[in-house]
Amino acid sequence: MSDYNPNIPPKKRPFSLQLDPAKFEPATDEEKAQQEVMRESTTFFRDGMRKLFHNPLAVGSMIVLLVILVTIVIAPLIVPYSYSGMITVDGKRDKSAKNLPPFTYSKLEQQAIDNGETVFPHIFGTDELCRDYFIRVIYGARVSLSVGFFASLIVLIIGLLYGSIAGYAGGRTDLIMMRIVDIIYSLPDTLMVILLSVVLDQLLGQSLQNTALASIGPNMLSMFAVFGLLYWVGMARLVRGQILSIKNNEYVLAAQAMGAKPGRIIRRHILPNCMSVIIISTALQIPSAIFTESFLSFIGLGVQAPMPSLGSLANSARQALQAYPYKMIFPAVGICLIVLSFNLLGDGLRDAFDPKLRK
Amino acid sequence: MDMTERKRKERQLIATTVLALVIFAAGLLFLPILTEKILLGAVLVLIAGALFFTNNTGRYVCKRILLAFLTIFIIAAITFFTMNAIPGGPFSKEKAPSAAVQAVLEERFHLNEPVGKQFLLYLEGLMQGNFGISTKTGREISTTIFDSFSISAKLGGMAALLAIVLGVLLGSIAALNRAKAADRVIIFFTTLFVAVPSFIMATLLLLVFCLQLNWFPIFSTENQSYVLPVIALMLSPMSYITRLTKTSMLDVLGQDYIRTARAKGVKQWLVIFKHALRNALIPVITYVGPMTAYILTGSMVVESVFTTGGLGTKFVQGITNRDYPMIMGTTIFLAMLMVTATLLSDLVYKLVDPRIDFD
Repeated sequence: MSDYNPNIPPKKRPFSLQLDPAKFEPATDEEKAQQEVMRESTTFFRDGMRKLFHNPLAVGSMIVLLVILVTIVIAPLIVPYSYSGMITVDGKRDKSAKNLPPFTYSKLEQQAIDNGETVFPHIFGTDELCRDYFIRVIYGARVSLSVGFFASLIVLIIGLLYGSIAGYAGGRTDLIMMRIVDIIYSLPDTLMVILLSVVLDQLLGQSLQNTALASIGPNMLSMFAVFGLLYWVGMARLVRGQILSIKNNEYVLAAQAMGAKPGRIIRRHILPNCMSVIIISTALQIPSAIFTESFLSFIGLGVQAPMPSLGSLANSARQALQAYPYKMIFPAVGICLIVLSFNLLGDGLRDAFDPKLRK
Repeated sequence: MDMTERKRKERQLIATTVLALVIFAAGLLFLPILTEKILLGAVLVLIAGALFFTNNTGRYVCKRILLAFLTIFIIAAITFFTMNAIPGGPFSKEKAPSAAVQAVLEERFHLNEPVGKQFLLYLEGLMQGNFGISTKTGREISTTIFDSFSISAKLGGMAALLAIVLGVLLGSIAALNRAKAADRVIIFFTTLFVAVPSFIMATLLLLVFCLQLNWFPIFSTENQSYVLPVIALMLSPMSYITRLTKTSMLDVLGQDYIRTARAKGVKQWLVIFKHALRNALIPVITYVGPMTAYILTGSMVVESVFTTGGLGTKFVQGITNRDYPMIMGTTIFLAMLMVTATLLSDLVYKLVDPRIDFD
């Protein structure tokens, strides 16, 4: 082997798979460039967020919701009126401040202004009980939004627990649990909500007196109870379906083989993989809860009397629709804006995060 | 699945449906005398069908009809027992009648019987179309329901028909002019209208067109203008149907058989109507059930806004007056309608789309 020269390939033997280096040429710069990483690797979450922030409708609705949220948090700190009490001037109740149009002052207030005092303007006017209407609309939006959030939270928790147990257990447990869901699902929900609100209102009203929960009001509690009783079935079905499709994956089998308990497998291996679908569905549940709440308040089954909600404000504005149409416009626009923004945001989230729609 | 088996399945589905309908028709025909027996017979036949039908189709139809029966039974039970749970009977008012009168009244309304017996008596009454007697007006609830339902049926029927026709039309236009001005305008307005609750829409329409512009008279017995209530009721379902039709139409238009039809030289309108629209309409059928529920509940508030005197007005009055038998009767009546609509739309859906598996 003394005459070994690396540049001359050894003689090719018949039937050998040995390659001939002369047949190869070095890669050009253009070809090398193709191997370079053009885009940073990205995670599912970051990619979804990028898509979400490139969707003008979703960004617009987020801005609207943010503005509403900031307003309802800050406005009660700035506006010196309360949602339940009459307007007072120098500690005296101002009975002349009845049904004022927006940005006007009552006689007493005008006197106070003439005396050099500052009176906070009534941005939306006042109502028939001499209360500042702006602060009532703000509190109404607070109530509507919190009903939406808490109802969706209740639906999420119950649906998640029920659906994951049914989906993971499978077999007869699943069969029985899902038949119960089928039956609840086939009940006409709005009718049942009305019925249960009427009854629970009566039942809770007496037992709640002098307890901490009384301030929330029986109507509100019965509404949450109704959401907890009826609306979780959709979420339970969704979660079960997701779990069924994920639980046969190899990594679940691997976790089982390593002795992980069902609770851990559901929490650590299955739920993170169907979280996006669940979050989208929860985001779309919020406007439907707000919708139901305002519907109930509108037919007189909503929140307790001095407490306003957008639906009950719209309902009481109906009585003097011709004389004071603006009282209808403010809560109506409020409901529509909130529901529309949540719908658009939910659609945007779905476009960005739903694995079925991702390309 | 080959053609002959599909044909056989279809024929069996039709046969089972016809059989079930005949049983129902017979049940309705002998209503006052033989109701219980016939209903019991129908349920037994259905149970037997669900258990012994060898093919999936018949089993599915039987299961669905049984579920509908069960749903109505559960609704009746929920209504009855929740209403019973309310403290204070219908005759315990401030001016309590004498003990003798009360005893006679209780005897007459079977209030002295145990609750279980009362429930059975109530169910028996329901099967004979007897919903009880209003505690406020003293009239039979069934006559109130049937008198006022004609208005609601007219209103709801027109709204449903217009929603479907206009929704399908607008959805097709949007799909055929994808990403053009027409599509953008239609999608903008439908997105907006989905977010506006029907009660807000009703009040706004009333405010603008009745009170401000005086284009339409206010609803009264002499002057029955259905235009505004129908518009208020139909806009939201119409928008939903538009979006549904657009998505499914776009889906269908991308299919191979549409390209084949076009390549064969089939005329454009024929491709759209015969090949595309027929298949695009299948998802719309599933929405008919939920739409009925939406229109029925929506008509409650729309009717009370326009004071049409229909069933919705009576129901909301019942809630305001806490007239429990009235609420019960109307709930069960409306629930029956909704359950029937959902059942029919699901069965028709399975019938028209042969791709669906029966499970």
